[in-house]
Amino acid sequence: MLTIAPICGPDAPIARANPVAKLFAVVAVSTAALVAADWLTPTLLLAALAAATPFSGVHWGPLLRRLRWLWLAAGAVAAGNAVFAAEQTGSILLSLGPWELSSGALIDGAALGLRVCVAATAGVLGFATTDPTDLADALTQQLRTSPRFTIGSLAALRMLPLLGAEWRQIVIARRARGMEGGRNPLRRTRLFASTMFTLLVGAMRRAGRLAAAMDARGFDSEVPRTYARVQRMSRADWLFLAAAIAVAIGAVAISHAYGTFRVLF
Amino acid sequence: MIPVEFRGFTWRHAGRRAPAVAEVDLRIEAGERVLLLGPSGSGKSTLLAALAGLLTTDSGERTGEVLLDGADAASQRGRVGILFQDPETQLVMARSGDDVAFGLENQAVPREAIWPRVREALDAVGFPYPLGHPTHALSGGEQQRLTLAGVLARRPELLLLDEPTANLDPEGAEAIRSSLRTALADTDATLIVVEHRVADILDLVDRVIALGPGGTLLADGPAEAVFAEHGDTLAEQGVWVPGVPLPALPDAVPGEPRLRGESLSLTYPGADRPALDGVDFELRAGELLAVTGANGSGKTTLALLAGGLAAPSRGKATVPGERAPLHRLPANRLAARVGSVFQDPEHQFVTATVRSELAFAPHAAGWPQRRIDARVSELLERLRLAHLAEANPHTLSGGEARRLSVAGALAAAPGALLLDEPTFGQDRRTWGELVDLIAGIRDEGTALMAVTHDRDFAAALASREIVLEDGRVSRC
Repeated sequence: MLTIAPICGPDAPIARANPVAKLFAVVAVSTAALVAADWLTPTLLLAALAAATPFSGVHWGPLLRRLRWLWLAAGAVAAGNAVFAAEQTGSILLSLGPWELSSGALIDGAALGLRVCVAATAGVLGFATTDPTDLADALTQQLRTSPRFTIGSLAALRMLPLLGAEWRQIVIARRARGMEGGRNPLRRTRLFASTMFTLLVGAMRRAGRLAAAMDARGFDSEVPRTYARVQRMSRADWLFLAAAIAVAIGAVAISHAYGTFRVLF
Repeated sequence: MIPVEFRGFTWRHAGRRAPAVAEVDLRIEAGERVLLLGPSGSGKSTLLAALAGLLTTDSGERTGEVLLDGADAASQRGRVGILFQDPETQLVMARSGDDVAFGLENQAVPREAIWPRVREALDAVGFPYPLGHPTHALSGGEQQRLTLAGVLARRPELLLLDEPTANLDPEGAEAIRSSLRTALADTDATLIVVEHRVADILDLVDRVIALGPGGTLLADGPAEAVFAEHGDTLAEQGVWVPGVPLPALPDAVPGEPRLRGESLSLTYPGADRPALDGVDFELRAGELLAVTGANGSGKTTLALLAGGLAAPSRGKATVPGERAPLHRLPANRLAARVGSVFQDPEHQFVTATVRSELAFAPHAAGWPQRRIDARVSELLERLRLAHLAEANPHTLSGGEARRLSVAGALAAAPGALLLDEPTFGQDRRTWGELVDLIAGIRDEGTALMAVTHDRDFAAALASREIVLEDGRVSRC
């Protein structure tokens, strides 16, 4: 089943941190990784993320399961950039007919792949430790986002798993009617389109009903809402955010001191 | 508690020619408890939506007045609570307590006051779980209870219930009714409830208002008087009037076997016990086999396996004339052997008109065009869908859509037909139509299996019954 609930122990320090603090921490680390074009900055950041993982309450197993596709994508970025680099510099490591792979291109490719890794890992760690309800609360309370939009999105998010279940039901109902994709690509496409249409008709109807039910409970009243749950930026949250920014700046500084730092643009 | 008044109220939904309700004049006194009755399309839900202030000027055209406590209903939204029929589309939050708190936050209740009121409302409806319990793990009946708590926590002075039990199984429906009984004892709110299953709710109301088509007033008064005078008319229009007997049908004469299940079992991925465990059955021509049992007992799984729509982990379902088990058959051949009708008719619609919907399975099964045309005309006549032949299936009314889904499954003349809750949430008139239709199909020699909670339906049509419990046959 599609799940959006956090996958961490609830008492870990990072799991308890304010979601907005986590959001900005992820932004800080990812920005540093994406701006840097060298290999050392993302490596340092990745090491910092690995060091932070025990404090997130996320177990390595589930974390790696969530990350494997993203890392595979990062690997593909690395390989693609190394093989198809515009100029091959340094010593030639491999030569296959017209294709050559040089050490310089390999390092550049790895650097690009590592950046994707850092952003993916930071994002997954952030979301894996954050309850969507807490995130919505923090967004409306700390960042003053519009409750209409934020709580509305939260309600829509809650309906996502229902769509998965409904998709399966529609596919079964189609088979009962004598409709099946089989091996014919044209028929498969038509089946997909018609299943999607039925799903969307149902989803629109549901969304309308949900909106009516929310408004009936006063969601569209002009009165400013109160908050049943408090989200605060505590001192620990500020420290956490400061630490994340320090890590981001530190990684860039070390790489700069080491002489490898390069800006992407 | 507040009085309610409609004065010459007319409402036409945007894009419709006929008004949903016309010239309604109605007064309900403060604290009255009213059951609102009427056939499908009499505008009951429109009246409730008007009272809840949900009919906005951009969704239709209004004349006349809707007054709550003497003021326009749209300005009195905060004093009204409404419970709809579908529990899944009324829950907003992921945790139970947060969901009840949602309505209080919107009402700007100070935080210190929110949580005591959440607990009080959950106690009032007898909600059995802690505040943090995830809402997606609740059954339909429990979700509906939670939503009721969310409505009551706002302390509405007018409480509107729009078929609150129509989407629930009998257990869930009874739980909601008992919640309502306790909750209503604690409040003096004016109550208006719309419900088809009248008998179960009569003890909660002291006045019955029956509407005719277009919102015309048919009868008004205490329940006994209304039913004594207008019982037959109301029953004809679809109300489950207590004491009006259901039609008796002649028994079936079973013929040769049409569908056989042998030790059918299925364990869903990740589940620790089988959903269905070694079920055998035989379905004969011209009989209806009812499959009953509590929620989660494996009824729907049995229907899926018997219909060749899921692969069993063990055992097989077969029909005479096909060597391969049903789940291995290509879909077009399956549809000509066994038909399945699901709870949600719209899931089964695959084309853009009623006519092509009926032609679909015969065409896929490779019938010649002349035979297809003859079959389609025959079904359109028999299921009284001829006037809708060119209509889009998604625009049909509930009863029409259900008839079409049965017709679509029957189109390629399968020897066996499986029905999942065919009478679920139907008014009495549609119920009667469906029972007649299914009896006709049975007596033509089709073998039928129906998963159902509906005792009346089983009593009217079934010659045998399988009772499932935890995936096994406990009685047959």
